[in-house]
This record gives sequence, structure tokens and C-alpha cells, in this order.
Amino acid sequence: MVALLDRPSYKIAVLLLSVAFLAVCMTASVMFGAKAYGLSTLQSAFSAFDGSDAHLIIRTSRVPRAAIAAVVGAALAVAGALMQALTRNPLASPSLFGVNAGAGLALVVAVALFGFPGLGQSVWIAFAGAALSAAAVYALGSGGRAGPAPVNMTLAGAAIAAFASSLTSGVLLGSDKALDQVLFWLVGSVAGRELAMLTAVLPYIAVGFVAAFALASPLNVLAMGEDVAVSLGQRTAAVKLVAAAAVVVLAGGAVAVAGPIGFIGIVIPHIARHLVGRDHHWLLPYCAVLGAILLVAADLGSRFLLMPSEVPVGVLTAIIGVPFFVLIARRGRYAE
Amino acid sequence: MTKLTASNLSLAYGRQLIIDNLDFAVPEGRITVLIGANGSGKSTLLRALARLMKPEAGAVLLDGKDIAHTSTKEVARKLAMLPQGPVAPEGITVLQLVKQGRYPYQSWLQQWSEADERAVRAALEATGMTPLAERPVDALSGGQRQRAWIAMTLAQGTATVLLDEPTTYLDLTHQIEILDLLYTLNEREGRTVVMVLHDMNLACRYAHHLVAVKDRGIYAQGAPGDIVNAELIRNVFELDAHIIPDPLYGTPLCIPASQARRAQERQAAVPVHA
Ligand SMILES: Nc1ncnc2c1ncn2[C@@H]1O[C@H](COP(=O)(O)OP(=O)(O)O)[C@@H](O)[C@H]1O
Ligand SMILES: [Mg+2]
Repeated sequence: MVALLDRPSYKIAVLLLSVAFLAVCMTASVMFGAKAYGLSTLQSAFSAFDGSDAHLIIRTSRVPRAAIAAVVGAALAVAGALMQALTRNPLASPSLFGVNAGAGLALVVAVALFGFPGLGQSVWIAFAGAALSAAAVYALGSGGRAGPAPVNMTLAGAAIAAFASSLTSGVLLGSDKALDQVLFWLVGSVAGRELAMLTAVLPYIAVGFVAAFALASPLNVLAMGEDVAVSLGQRTAAVKLVAAAAVVVLAGGAVAVAGPIGFIGIVIPHIARHLVGRDHHWLLPYCAVLGAILLVAADLGSRFLLMPSEVPVGVLTAIIGVPFFVLIARRGRYAE
Repeated sequence: MTKLTASNLSLAYGRQLIIDNLDFAVPEGRITVLIGANGSGKSTLLRALARLMKPEAGAVLLDGKDIAHTSTKEVARKLAMLPQGPVAPEGITVLQLVKQGRYPYQSWLQQWSEADERAVRAALEATGMTPLAERPVDALSGGQRQRAWIAMTLAQGTATVLLDEPTTYLDLTHQIEILDLLYTLNEREGRTVVMVLHDMNLACRYAHHLVAVKDRGIYAQGAPGDIVNAELIRNVFELDAHIIPDPLYGTPLCIPASQARRAQERQAAVPVHA
């Protein structure tokens, strides 16, 4: 596979175009829905706020929704790219490897035990769940003489994801108070979230992005295999640890806000690799922008699919994601 | 020059001891070739010399310092290792691959420099890969691909280069091409080369120093002409063989005897003409 955009100038141009397109999508996401608003209403909601329904909806519902979708989409896509580099496995992603489900389980357990946690706490609970399930997948998948072989890792990921989901259902059934508070969140949606939820996780997610981008060169070296990376003087354990921490923060943060939304972490890195190749200096920024576009667009689409009722965006990303999953699973390899 | 030695070195996988209490000094500025039966521990020893494997006991010393306690980047500026059968990420070009060889010289403060550029160009030139620099590695033939990896290793600019079976899976022409390349590098630039080779005859031809690995240690070492004889082949490979001088270079040539073809089928020894 040769990258579609094979020159730096093309890569920059398309990245800038993508950012512009993201801005268009986000604007459209604020304008359209059950009610449509014009650009002028949009503008006056900020320049001349008058407390009208239109202004209120725009400021408290539409804008947070677009912003959350963009951040969550970017975070999940970058987390997926990091996981694929770490495991050299094209199927590695927060949803398929159980990281999202782990974060979800931790939050549901917390709700069942203590009632709904505050925003600041729920972030850390999600991180803990994401970290635990990531560690479990790694431990299960890398046991044995072959080391962390892709097949073992994928099976371990599927097992942990299924295990965490079943436990989540069990906890929900056994605890009456948890159910309705949590169910709407658990499907994976960016609707009905307050901006405060985003600002609570944003600092952590920002740190995750910075760490990920700082790892671009080390990840390129690691992609040549553990032995080559060590020979070139890389402290691979440190690189992997930082990358894993970034995954936990990005995926955990995304889940804390939007619930477990699947398939972005697998679809977007796959598309981005086709566009710009495997150099993480390009791959990671492309993942961030394309991931944001996908979730904003999917969220917009989810409002119109079964109008007037809304489909949770997690359902939509799954519909988009499954064919990709099949395609990648059939091609199979990460390296070579 | 750098000095690479193993001191009381023991290597193990779990409880399985592979190398037991080995002392060994890599001859500087020479080509050393490790030979031995499959599974005798050649790769394991080479990996330990390159700090890819932690010793069970003892140490590997680089310029007198334990490599386990030296910054891995510092080691990477003195010692390069090409593992067996490395796999390049899909779509990466030769130039991108070779540039990775400069990783040990990069840091937050020190980004790509003129010296890096020169080292990369020289490595491409030395391996004859300059015309193929923009090609994806996965679109190359086996021999070209191996040359690309060797170029990456050379770009690292180290005095010592370790290679694990750099010629395996190559046809005869490309085996010779790779070994000639390494021989020339040693001759021109004085780099110390340590490699594992499967082909006994090519090992004898290209090695200044031959090391036969057996029974968790070194069975014999020295110039091929001094140590290679029928007894060594029998003990190291469990194989009966005749040793004659290589008609081209005079180095030992190993003619293995077969089990299936009986002794009386053998032709009377024919004198070898140069
Ligand atoms: N990762 C590993 N885990 C366990 N045992 C191994 C591993 N790698 C090699 N071995 C064993 O160690 C011994 C020496 O292997 P190796 O150094 O690869 O031999 P050689 O390179 O001489 O063929 C063999 O018996 C092999 O089965
Ligand atoms: Mg070997």
C-alpha cells in the first residue's frame, strides 16, 4: 500500500482542507436538527444573546454537542492509532480491545454503588476502568512464549470487551437506581451533554493529545519491531508506557463524556493510513481531524435518520464501522 | 574503536540455560562469524551482545562499561544490530528506513542535522541503494531489501555492527553480494563486524575470526584456516565431512558426506584444479 498523498505539500493541503471541512460540519451541526437556524441566528446567539428559545438551544445544546462530538471523535481516533502502533495489530482500537467497555463498566459500578458521581470523579473512574481493561488485555494477550502475538491480543481484547459488557448488564439489572440514569449514556451519544462535561475532561484529553503527538518519532521507530527499536537506542518500555497512558486518557476521557462509542478508533486510522501512510507525524494529526469530522457528521446524520426521533450516534458509527472491521480483518496484517 | 566483550556471561530463557559462563572478546576491526548447529545459541549470544537480552549472570562490556548500565542511546551510537528477518512497516521508503538509523542522534533539542544528512547519504551510497532511495521497501527484491536494512544499520555510524543471518533466504548471488558489501565496509572503514552465518563455506571465506558455538559455550575460535577440520565439523554439526582448500581463496571448504549414498558409490578422489 502506497499512501495516496505522497508529497508533503499534498499532505498539508489536504489537512488544511479537512480542518476547514470540520468547521463546516460543526457549523452545520449547530444549525440543523429538529429545528433549523440560520447563520444570523447563530451569530446573534453569541453577539446579542436575548434568552430566546433559539438562542438557548444553540448555546446550551447545539454548540456543546458539536464541540463534544469533535473532541470525542478526535480522541477515539488518535487512541486507536496509538493502540495499533503499540500492538502492531490493525484491529486494535478502544472499542474492540475492551478499553471503552472497561471505562463504561467502571462508571456503571460507581453509579450502582454510590449514585451518580460528580464530573471530576467520573473522569477518574473512567480512566481507572480503561486502564484496568487495557492492562487485562495486555496481560492475557501477551502471555505465552510467542509474546504479544496479534491473534492472542485480538482474542484477549474481544474477551475483555464481552466480559465488561456482560458485567455492565449484570450490574444494571441488579441495581434499580442505576438503570435510567446511566442507560442513555451507555449507548454512546453526544446529545444532551452539558459543556461542563467537556471542560471537565478537556485538560486530560489535551494532555493525551500532546503526549501522542510527542510520540510520533518514537512510534515510527517502534513500528519496525521491538528489537530494531532497542538497537536504535529506544527505551521501548517507556515509550509504550507513555503511549498506553495516552490511550487510557483519550479513550477514558471520551467515554466519560459520551459513553462507549465504537469503531471510530478502527475506521479512521485505517482511512488515514491510506491517505498519508504510516509516518505518525502525519498520521496522528490526520486521525484527530478525520475522527472529529466523522463523529460530528455521524451525529448530524443521526438526527435525520429516523426523524423526528434520534438514533444514538454510537449505533450509527457501528453501522459504518462493521464493514470496515470485516475488510481489515480479511486483509489482516499491520506490518509488511 | 570500541571494545566489546562478554564476561562470565550466562544466558537463559526461563530455566533453560543457553550460554553458560562465557568469556569472549570481539576482535576489533575484524570480521567475526558465529557458526554452530540450529538452536545452539548463536542468535541468543548475538542478542545479548546487542543488549536485546538480559544476562542471567555476568555482563557484556562495551569499552569496559556494562551495557546494561549504559544509556541505551549511548550504546546505539557505538553498536548497531540488525536482527534476523526484520520487517519494515508497509509503504515506508528506503530513504525513510535509512533515516531511522539516525534515531540515536536525535533529541528534543537536536533535530535533523547536516551530519545526519551526510551519514544517510553515505550509507545509501555504500550499499548501492541511492538509485532506489524513493522506492517502498516492500516493493524491493530480497537482496535489495536486505541492503536497505544494512544501510539503515550503517547510517547509525557505529564502529561495531552485529548482524544475525544477513544472508538467509537470499539466493547465492545475493548472499555473495551482501557478504562482499560487509567485507568492503570492514576493509575500507575498519568497522568491526560480528555476524551469524549458516553457510560454513562462506563463513570460512569471509571471516577473519571464526567462532564455533556448542554445548552452551565456545567450542573453538580462531582463523578459519587454523581451526576448521573434519573433527570440528563432526563435533559441532554431527556430520562427517572432508575439508579441502577453497580452490579460489584457499580457505577451508567443507564437503559433507551423505548417509544415503554409500561409501562405495563415491568416486575416487579427483584432484582439484584451481
Ligand atoms: N524466545 C525464546 N524463548 C524460549 N526459548 C528460546 C527463545 N528463543 C530461542 N530459544 C531457544 O534457545 C535455544 C537457542 O536458540 P537460538 O539462539 O535462536 O539458536 P541459533 O540462533 O543458534 O539457531 C534454542 O533451543 C531455542 O529453542
Ligand atoms: Mg539464529
